[in-house]
Amino acid sequence: MTIWWLIIGCIAVTSLIKAVGPVLVGGRDLPGWSMRVIALLAPALLAALVVTSALAAGTRWSVGAHTVGVAVAGVLLLLGRSMILAVGVAVVVTALLRALA
Amino acid sequence: MSRTQTFRAGVRKGVPFAVVGFVLSMSFGVLALQAGFTPLQAIVTSALVFAGSAQFTAVSVFAAGGGVGPAVAAAALMHGRFLAMGVAFAPSLPGGAARRAAQGQTVVDASWAMANRGDGTFDRWLLFGATAPQYLTWVSGTVVGALTGDLIGDPDRWGLDVIYPTFFLALLIGEVKRGGLPMVVALLGAVVALALVPVTPPGVPILAAGVAALLGLRR
Repeated sequence: MTIWWLIIGCIAVTSLIKAVGPVLVGGRDLPGWSMRVIALLAPALLAALVVTSALAAGTRWSVGAHTVGVAVAGVLLLLGRSMILAVGVAVVVTALLRALA
Repeated sequence: MSRTQTFRAGVRKGVPFAVVGFVLSMSFGVLALQAGFTPLQAIVTSALVFAGSAQFTAVSVFAAGGGVGPAVAAAALMHGRFLAMGVAFAPSLPGGAARRAAQGQTVVDASWAMANRGDGTFDRWLLFGATAPQYLTWVSGTVVGALTGDLIGDPDRWGLDVIYPTFFLALLIGEVKRGGLPMVVALLGAVVALALVPVTPPGVPILAAGVAALLGLRR
């Protein structure tokens, strides 16, 4: 039963968080300055997601095989290769480095 | 373009992310089983929570003995960026509060980034279309992972933990490829997040990185 409470808790908080903005702000025209800030939220949040998952583990900085895998994927993406190929190569590089370690 | 055409365009844009999401949710299914979930519980989680980072966080904290309260709190923090995304998406949503709240549930990282027109507005039908295949593969991937977990073993051994950062990196490159202010904001967001990693709970650095977007006030 404990796990069901965990699931119910997660459903409640995640759906509430997603609903707050649309309910409180929805349908209104926001001033121009706020639209410029909103447009820049994507690069800010995405960059944070990348560095916290590639260069950190929990509450400490962490560099390892996964960092190398993501870096190789980054080069492929910058060269215009598809995301699926980049993900596949990142997974293989990381798994190989861990197998060799 | 009509709504149907825009929705279909969104589906096409969402498919590559859905393919990657399938593998990612498969690894969630495996990890959930290892944390003590039954296959049904893992599948229900993906079907009704539908939030990768929150799900992985909750399962990790729970598996480490953190209990239900801390696991849900950690998931909420990791999910906090959707507060900012929801506020950003909100002006593009019509209808009453309940309808807007329901539409807000369709926001996932990749769809939100792709539907961003770059002027502060969002194409909601493109977002709905991009989310549809991602939802299907998110649930079906968990089904496969939860039913074959014993065969896969530790997902990290297979390098599956790099799927998430690569997924986000692909979206980030799309956002900053023209350089300029988005690139500066991305660099600042990365610095803020990394600086906060050792001193705040996981999830907070990502949410806090949103302050970098305030550089938009300077234009």
